[in-house]
Amino acid sequence: MATTVPPETGALGRVYPVLWSWLTTVDHKRIGILYGTTAFVFFLVGGIEALLIRLQLAVPDGKVVAPDTFNALFTMHALTMIFLVVMPLAAAFFNYVVPLLIGARDVAFPRLNALSYWIFLAGALLLNASWVAGTPADVGWFAYAPLTERPYANTHSADFYVLGLQVLGVASLAAAFNFMVTIVNLRAPGMSLLRMPIFVWTTLITSFLIIFAFPVFTIAVTLLLFDRFFGTSFYVVARGADPVLWQHLFWIFGHPEVYILILPPMGIVSEVLPTFARKPLFGYPFVVFASAAIAFLGYGVWAHHMFAVGLGPVANSVFAATTMLIAVPTGVKVFNWIGTLIGGSIRMATALYFAVGFISMFIIGGLSGVMHAVPPVDWQQTDTYFVVAHIHYVLFAGAVLGLFAGIYYWFPKFSGRLLDERLGKLHFWLTFVGLNVTFFPMHFLGVEGMPRRIYTYPAGMGWELWNLVATIGAFVIALSVLVFLANAFTSLRYGQRASADPWDGRTLEWATSSPPPPYNFARMPHIEARDVLWHWKRERARRARETKAGEHTRIAGGAVDELDLATLRGERIHLPRPSIFPFIVALGIVLAATGFITSYVISAIGVAYLLAGLYGWAFEPAG
Amino acid sequence: MEHATTFEHGAAAHAEPTATGLDNRKLLMWVFLGSECLFFGSLIVTYLVYKGRSLAGPYPHEIFDIPYTSVSAFVLLMSSLTMVLALAAIQRGDQRGLRIWLLATALLGSIFLGGQYYEFTSFVREGLSLQQNLFGSTFFVLTGFHGGHVTIGVIWLLSLLGLSRMGLIQPQHSLKVELAGLYWHFVDVVWIVIFTVVYLIP
Amino acid sequence: MAVRIRSPLRWVPLALLLAATAVLSGCLGMGEGPQTTIVPFSDHAQRIQDLYVLVFWMAAGVFVVVEAALVYATLRYRRRPDDVLPPQVHGNTRLEVAWTIAPAVVLFVIAIPTIQAIFAAATPPGSDGLEIVVTGHQWWWELEYPDAQVVTANEVHIPVGRPISFTLKSADVIHSFWVPRLGGKMDVVPGHTNHLYLTAYQAGTYLGQCVEFCGLQHANMKLRLIAHTPEEFDAWVQSQQAPPSQAAGKAQEGAQVFARSACVGCHTVAGTPAQGKIGPNLTHVGSRTSLAGAVLDNTPENLARWLRDPQEVKPGNQMPNLHLSDVDIEALVAYLESLK
Repeated sequence: MATTVPPETGALGRVYPVLWSWLTTVDHKRIGILYGTTAFVFFLVGGIEALLIRLQLAVPDGKVVAPDTFNALFTMHALTMIFLVVMPLAAAFFNYVVPLLIGARDVAFPRLNALSYWIFLAGALLLNASWVAGTPADVGWFAYAPLTERPYANTHSADFYVLGLQVLGVASLAAAFNFMVTIVNLRAPGMSLLRMPIFVWTTLITSFLIIFAFPVFTIAVTLLLFDRFFGTSFYVVARGADPVLWQHLFWIFGHPEVYILILPPMGIVSEVLPTFARKPLFGYPFVVFASAAIAFLGYGVWAHHMFAVGLGPVANSVFAATTMLIAVPTGVKVFNWIGTLIGGSIRMATALYFAVGFISMFIIGGLSGVMHAVPPVDWQQTDTYFVVAHIHYVLFAGAVLGLFAGIYYWFPKFSGRLLDERLGKLHFWLTFVGLNVTFFPMHFLGVEGMPRRIYTYPAGMGWELWNLVATIGAFVIALSVLVFLANAFTSLRYGQRASADPWDGRTLEWATSSPPPPYNFARMPHIEARDVLWHWKRERARRARETKAGEHTRIAGGAVDELDLATLRGERIHLPRPSIFPFIVALGIVLAATGFITSYVISAIGVAYLLAGLYGWAFEPAG
Repeated sequence: MEHATTFEHGAAAHAEPTATGLDNRKLLMWVFLGSECLFFGSLIVTYLVYKGRSLAGPYPHEIFDIPYTSVSAFVLLMSSLTMVLALAAIQRGDQRGLRIWLLATALLGSIFLGGQYYEFTSFVREGLSLQQNLFGSTFFVLTGFHGGHVTIGVIWLLSLLGLSRMGLIQPQHSLKVELAGLYWHFVDVVWIVIFTVVYLIP
Repeated sequence: MAVRIRSPLRWVPLALLLAATAVLSGCLGMGEGPQTTIVPFSDHAQRIQDLYVLVFWMAAGVFVVVEAALVYATLRYRRRPDDVLPPQVHGNTRLEVAWTIAPAVVLFVIAIPTIQAIFAAATPPGSDGLEIVVTGHQWWWELEYPDAQVVTANEVHIPVGRPISFTLKSADVIHSFWVPRLGGKMDVVPGHTNHLYLTAYQAGTYLGQCVEFCGLQHANMKLRLIAHTPEEFDAWVQSQQAPPSQAAGKAQEGAQVFARSACVGCHTVAGTPAQGKIGPNLTHVGSRTSLAGAVLDNTPENLARWLRDPQEVKPGNQMPNLHLSDVDIEALVAYLESLK
């Protein structure tokens, strides 16, 4: 694409123009592709970690990995899947799709958007550098103090946790600010809040959650950083501190984080179902309200992760009640999705398979969640494989299936080609069977008292069969991922060409070409209705019916077809200029963080990069 | 069709009217300050949770000099007034007034920082270090975090002063001053909260 | 309303049937493991089980209804070649209100007994209660009976029918105390003192283990709880209060090895100079059924294996390899096994 080559190109840019164009891109679509590709690479990394975990546990007294390696594997698997896969995959969709859905040419702050990606990548590499350094994070993803304090975690493992998550937190916050402003401010004329597609709503709500949840975690981790590097005693019991403070701060972030992970896939499903059922989303305002209610209530339930901590009967009762309350809007969403399907004319495309698969599996995760909402039941189930089953039904069978629904749905928009439907359905069934074979038996293991995070167990506990079954299931999931990769690679090259609107879509992204031009829309649309493209298509059909055959009249607005917003007709369009400074600033941040582990000299160099990058950014000439 | 596209930074920021009529950068600042509330809130809660849990002295009542800190708090509060005057000056095109009041604001901020520096060093002399006890840890991290914000604010104000001398802040750019002002007022208000919670509530 | 089902979805009902069979057969196998959570042997566990059964069946009912609606909707409304545009229904406020209220009612039904059970579980026993202080260490449990002045490790002895009040403390990081057949877990948090109350119904040995990740050997921080009849329990207390029998023969050699080795720095044997507090109290180690955090059965072979290289059994645990000679190990085994 000629448009993406920047006007001024450095020496590097003349030698490697393609590399340079990606390093400097501020196009939300290309950044979306960067997010998606990176997240998928980490999906494979986290998947390999999961397979090693399952191999170790396949039989009693497993000897596949050493105890410390196992502890690192489950820690890094969780951190990878949460922070490096599900969040950035959702961010890929925010980036690529949200500006298209709201009729914008880019996000509000294109360079800040690039910065979010580069910081994310830097944080992800820093976290995974812990493997290379030989001290992978091994304190569990919620890293309960004081296990993370010097006396108990004397290597750099906890340092990598602290620094990696600090850096990743900055990336998430920057992206959330950007999408908040983009959605509030850059909607096309006429797109009122209640005309926004649900995916835009869930992106907006997710951004709010990130903005108000991540700071708490950042502070929790900063206090730990001070303890580890500067000799403070925020979580040191011997000096009067209370380690439960970490748990409160962590879960005040951690529970909203669960909704940060699940709301975007819920939004995707809410787009996919109406398109393939050829019916509007049932109860749109209720789905919007339910999403907002889930997010709001999500701040008042954190201590349900702490029912066994000994907070006392009053606190446990209150948090049990709020947690049960949050099941109500969640149920409302499920019922509305089913209501959307009922009475529809459902096209059984792979995207719809994944969307329906998401709902069917999310129900299981939701119901086991209601079980844990009952504190006495939770006293038996928490920290066992029952909870492991629950989180995987919500985050794998839920979030990941929902994200795959989005991939199959929007792949033609990203690439201009359709994914193969036969391979897609094979992928779906392998995933669906594999995940149930893997994760359903974990309920049984939990009920039979198998704790999570144990690297070994003896024979005779009644856990042999279901552990073996779960391991087999994990390999079925791995196979399904290979099928997907094969599908993606062959389809990118040989797939059927996609039209602008391959699914008979309802929303604006299908009104521009596949893939869209750098400027998205040549003309700025005016939004008269929810599901505006559907509305236009119906209007056109109505007019066509009213106009008798042969008596061709031009529709209002002259030759302009409102269904094609992509074609330029001599308009001048301002696009944001590519910039290398986001990359430099991100490099500075990660160097500054790395210095804590290596040498403060590196930190100083990082800060210099950071300041130079910011200076260049501030004074970069405008177009 | 590529020829028709040009590149411009922040095109979206000023080229087209926004859906709310609020400038993107202003909205960004508000959202950013929203998250800042949570940053400071978490630190303040940490301070409160650990209040009275230190196992060794010095304790707050032994070390705080409330009249002294009240004066520096007053200085910081006054800087909000000068900040308002700076914005008012540029909005009516008064470059000289803008520079005077920006300088005054930065100066008052620096006096506050100098006061904080003196306070910190005197606390350290009296035995309260970052590592000494929970009070020291929570106090220095909270007030230091705030001091860092004031420092960034002072640098920002001085940068604006420089831009103004280069003639880069015209009345139509008053948003640049307004954004700094929003940040500065926020940092001031946070100090009132911190001052009340840390120093005044026994 | 005939549902025409073409490949491959015609397999869906069969697959559902298969899945249901698998799930049911799985369920039927539940409740037999030594750490099962659904076969209660105490009042505490019974209280939880009653709630679990209630919530389980409610969840199962909701699951069947909602999944059936979803599968029906998806299959019934599949697109057919002759399909016209379906009616563009936007919603139904009455339905929305109904399916907001219905789950709220179900949850209310669950909430009431839940809160009752929470408070019941938090009610301490009266004066007839027996207090046991449990201290979590990386990676073993220390047990103290304050009234009887008995200290032991990794094996909790309790009388059946008498309310037990566990006082839970941690010496280092967070652990969690859990004997599933006797009820739910309670975290063991440094700087906090937690309580767990229960009355066992039936004599027997119950297995438990730490369930809060506590570092390298979290998996091997286990526990055996032995519930006795009251008479047996009294006898056990007396045996623990008595000084260990005088070592003789091989055991006496072992006592000398013990006294001159690093052992005494960490372990206590009452009535001897060994008064270390870092590792488990060994005064009556010969009477225990297990070793090394209830990981190994207490046999002379296992004890010898442990003494030869504790790091081989439990990598990373705090007992170093003392590089004892085979002769010393043999003597130590004889000595320790004699401490009944």
